[in-house]
This record gives sequence, structure tokens and C-alpha cells, in this order.
Amino acid sequence: MTDSTAGGDVRLTGISKTYGSFTAVHPLELTVPQGSFFALLGASGCGKTTTLRMIAGLEEPTTGTVFLGDKDVTDLPPYKRPVNTVFQSYALFPHLNVTENIAFGLRRRGIKSVKKQVDDMLELVQLGDFAQRKPHQLSGGQQQRVAVARALINHPQVLLLDEPLGALDLKLRRQMQLELKRIQTEVGITFVHVTHDQEEAMTMADTVAVMSGGRVEQLGAPAELYENPKTTFVANFLGTSNLIEAEVVEKSGEDVVVTAGGAKLRLPGGRCSAATSSGGKLLVGVRPEKISLAHRDDEGAVADGRNRVTGRIVDSSFIGVSTQYLVDSPAGSGLSVYEQNIERDTRLVPGAEVVLHWNPAHTFGLDAAQAKDAGVEKVEDAA
Amino acid sequence: MTALTEAPAAPTVRKASTRKRLVPYWLLLPGILWLIVFFALPMVYQASTSVQTGSLEKGFQVTWHFQTYWDAFKEYYPQFVRSLLYAGTATLLCLLLGYPLAYLIAFKAGRWRNIVLVLVIAPFFTSFLIRTLAWKTILADGGPVVHALATLHVLDVTNWLGWTEGSRVLATPMAVVCGLTYNFLPFMILPLYTSLERIDSRLHEAAGDLYATPATTFRKVTFPLSMPGVVSGTLLTFIPASGDYVNAELLGSTDQKMVGNVIQSQFLRVLDYPTAAALSFILMAIVLIMVTVYIRRAGTEDLV
Repeated sequence: MTDSTAGGDVRLTGISKTYGSFTAVHPLELTVPQGSFFALLGASGCGKTTTLRMIAGLEEPTTGTVFLGDKDVTDLPPYKRPVNTVFQSYALFPHLNVTENIAFGLRRRGIKSVKKQVDDMLELVQLGDFAQRKPHQLSGGQQQRVAVARALINHPQVLLLDEPLGALDLKLRRQMQLELKRIQTEVGITFVHVTHDQEEAMTMADTVAVMSGGRVEQLGAPAELYENPKTTFVANFLGTSNLIEAEVVEKSGEDVVVTAGGAKLRLPGGRCSAATSSGGKLLVGVRPEKISLAHRDDEGAVADGRNRVTGRIVDSSFIGVSTQYLVDSPAGSGLSVYEQNIERDTRLVPGAEVVLHWNPAHTFGLDAAQAKDAGVEKVEDAA
Repeated sequence: MTALTEAPAAPTVRKASTRKRLVPYWLLLPGILWLIVFFALPMVYQASTSVQTGSLEKGFQVTWHFQTYWDAFKEYYPQFVRSLLYAGTATLLCLLLGYPLAYLIAFKAGRWRNIVLVLVIAPFFTSFLIRTLAWKTILADGGPVVHALATLHVLDVTNWLGWTEGSRVLATPMAVVCGLTYNFLPFMILPLYTSLERIDSRLHEAAGDLYATPATTFRKVTFPLSMPGVVSGTLLTFIPASGDYVNAELLGSTDQKMVGNVIQSQFLRVLDYPTAAALSFILMAIVLIMVTVYIRRAGTEDLV
């Protein structure tokens, strides 16, 4: 039906969805390049699944257009779109065995000899021995692979994955992440993957769109998003960030100089996504693993030119590869620091006076007008 | 050390589990007793009656007279055939009427679901007899329903099919089948609804996503998954309908008598108990065989 080698980006232009007075997705411009592994990342209710369902045709957009390649598919029902979905709970047909589940799409398109293709698919997802089983006789991971095979056999232009790993336990999830990535590389089909798991999005996707409140907060490669978040939501949702409220002092060359709690900090102007007029407020961010910790007695040994903040350790937890410290300082309380356990300084215990120092290049600046704790994982969201 | 301290506890545990094993039997007891007294014993009694000979005046004796079965079947086979035909037609009509309704309640009714469900079982609040008698009025000669059917030339078609005669609906096969259909419709709708309601709506989406048109989705996904409901609905309709005598009694004439009417009159009017008992057993055997074959062929064991 479709030729996956034909030109085909997924383009959403001005797409939005409202339910009564509730806006699930605000008008959205999004292009998914052909052949890429694209992740829509966000907490539950951020509109990522609705966006996916609009691409699949399961949800009718309130405004906007969905393009597959050059073709406008907005008004096409799902069964006429060259798009297949891996559903959240797999939605395997319980009355059909694995073979018939996988062959379902081919049969609907009038293809009679399905055996060869089904066998190839079973091999791709490593389920050759389970062809005659019914879905309820399979484990969660196996069902998941049947769901992938059932969609992929149709050679869709785009494969949509709606939290496909959500029902699996952590270990299996890691394994399936690698497997899905392998399959995607092998078949070269565009994957659009919806997930709330930032680690999953970062491991698998080439491009991640972080969504919040029905809008795309930021779009980019995982490393780019992590190192250069443009909003507090992205800074907090992807990993952990220390955000320090600061005041702009001056610009010196490429750098911006700010003060926070009496400490002078520098950050590259290029990594600052807010206006930097003198006297203006700024949120200065730095990732916990970028910070080094020195006991106050060793302050003199800290190299010049590094950002430094003094404080006191309030808590520390040993987690094997690293130790996580919580530090209160005049610049801000509850700063996180992850120290690799290479040479442990026994003086670094709760109550110890310390100096936090890091390379100014690892500092980023955000608009201080935003909520500082946007995107911080709430207890009930923790998956 | 731990093994030593735990050892004495073992016998107590075993005693408790023996008592636990008996619990299911205690729970079964009331039902079993009920069935023995009101089902098993009457069955034995009827079986013995069916092989007795004699008369009311001289009394009946067990003479192992199996000939009664053959004689009864030979004499009343038209009523048997009619019973199965009427019950079958009514079951089919129930399925055709009930399936769309059950589908609507399960998938489209939204917040009206419970109200529609109550409406489905609302007729049960009135007695079975009264409802059937009401159909006498509804289908009365020259009444609005018959008049409308005649004007719309529906009666011409049903006359041609042999379901009605002339300008009458009452006292025709159609009246009896209508009565049966009406009375047993809820027994079709409820199991169908339960079965349909359990189908995950994402399966419909998945089928659509895999190139199935809505019609194909119904044929390949919804209907196969509703088979348990279809099977139990048809059984709950067919079995009681084939033994029913009220509808034929009230809505039909002597030409529409079903086997239930024969059994009733043999027991209560003719007082030929052996024949009545034999007829009951023949009907039971026929239904049992048909149901067994049907369930085997439907093959719903796989559908959990």
C-alpha cells in the first residue's frame, strides 16, 4: 500500500484539539523528519497522546492539518492512513492467535499469501516459537513484541507508539528500549514515540519534543535539551537542575555576570535564553553532576575562574556509583550535587561547610518570570 | 534452630487445612439438597411414570412399557416440529432485534446506558400472563396494528408465507412467534450486552488502525468477541421458548399448539400421565442434543 522509501515527513500545521472548554493541544507546528526516531515527552495530560492520536486519525483535530509527505490526511479515517499504531495496552485481538494478529492488517488489504511476511516479522521480533499462541498465553514483553510486529508488517510510513513500554517492569523496559531502537534502525521507518519517561525518550529518540500543558516546550536532540534547556519545565523534567535566582550585574565579553546570595557567577551569554539587562532577574541553572564539592578548608585549591558558591551539607545519600548531597547556601537552599565515588572525602558529611564549584561553561540562564519548580516530578507521577 | 522451633506448629496447620478443604462442600449443601428434592426426585418419579401403564380408575403400575415413547412421538411429532420451528424463529428474531439494541447500550448509550437497561428489564415488573394477554389486545382483529399491517400490505406477504391467514393476526403462527419473541427478548439482550460491554474499545481502534473498515471491524472483531453472549442469549431464549405453552395458548388456535400445550393437556385434562411424562422426556432429550451440538459447533470455550 505504501512505499516507506517515498518522501514522507510527518507535518502538523496549526493542529489543535479542544474538548468543550478544555484545550488538550494548543495550535502546534511540528515536523517529524522521515526515518527519524521522534519522541513526544511529557507528564500525563500534556497532550502528547492526543497529538499522536491525531496523526493516527483516531482523534479529529479541532483545527489544523496533518500532512504525511505532501499528502493532506486530516480528513482520512484511520483505516485509510498509511500509519500504524502500537497501543498502550497493545490491544491485541484476544480471539486470534499470534500469526492471525500479525496478519490482520495484510488480510484487510486483500493480501492472501501472508505466511512469508508473518514469518519474517516473527523472526524480527524473535517470537518464532509462539506463532500459534493466543495473546493471553504470552508474557507482557511478548505481547508488546506482537503489537510491534502487527503494526510493522504493514510497512507504514510512520509507526506510532503510545507508551508502548509503560506496562512492563523496569528491567524488561530497558531491554525493549534497545530492541525497539534496533528494529527502528533495521527497518528505517519513522517512529513517533509517546512517553512520560524522560530516560526512555533520551535513550531511544533522535529528536525529543517536550510537551507541557498542550504545548511543545522545546524540541531538539536529547543532549541538546539536557544541556541547554530553554524553560524551567524542561530543566526540571529532564533530569534534575539546580535553579538559582540571581541578578544580572554586567556583561563582560561573551559572558554574563550575575550575583546570587553574595556569590558572583558567570555564564556564557549564548546559553542564556532570557534578556540580560543589568539589574534584571535571571534563573541560573546548573546540573548536579557538573558541580564539584570541596571542603571549606580546601577552598584555596579550587582553580580560578570557576563559579563558586559556599554552603553547608544538609543531607547525603550514598548510591554506589555516586554520592548525592543536598547543600544549603545563601544562593539557594537544597542544591543537589552528585559526586562520583572516586576518592571519597570523609569530611563531606551533613553539617560540613563546603564550597560548590563548577565550570562557568556548564551554566545556563533562564527567564526568571517562570515558575521555578515547573516540571519537578511530583510523587504521584513517579513511575 | 529455626527448624526446631517451627516443627511443633505443623500439625495444627494441617488440621486447619482439612477444615478448609471441607468448606466448599458445606457451601454446596443447601443447593444440592434443593436440587435433590425439587429436581432429581421429580425426575425419577416422572421417568417411572413414563413407563407405567393403567388408568386413573385402576391405578398405574410400572410395566416398563417403552412403547409409550414411540406412540407419543408418532402422535405428536407435528407439535414437536412446530415447537422447534416457533422457538427457533423467535430466537432468530430476538437475536436480530436484540443485537443492535445491546450494541447501542454497550457502545453508544453513554450516560443513558443504565436507563435503557432498566427499560429492557422493565417488562418483568408485570406478570408474564398479563403481558401476553396484552398482546391479544394489541393484535386484536380490526385493531390499529392489524389495520396498519393490512394497509402496508405486510399481511399480504405474511399470508403468502403462511404466517397469517386472511385479515387476522391473532390465532396465527405469527401471533405466537411475536409473543415468544416479545417475552424472551430480555433474555437475549442481557447476555449480549454483558458480552459486548466487556470488549475493550481499543480493539476497535486497533482494527481501524489496521485497515479494517467499520463493517469489517464488526465482522472480524466485535462479532467474534460477542460470541459467548450470542450463545448464552440464544440458549436462554430457545430452551424456554421450545417448552412454552402460554403464548400458543393465549395467542394461537388449535393449529398453533406447541408440545408444551400437549403436555399440559395430557397432564391436566386427559390425565394420561405416562404419555405426558414421555413427551416431557422426549422434549428434554431433543433440546439437550440440539444444545450440545450447538455449543460444540460454536466453539466458544476459547473465549474467556
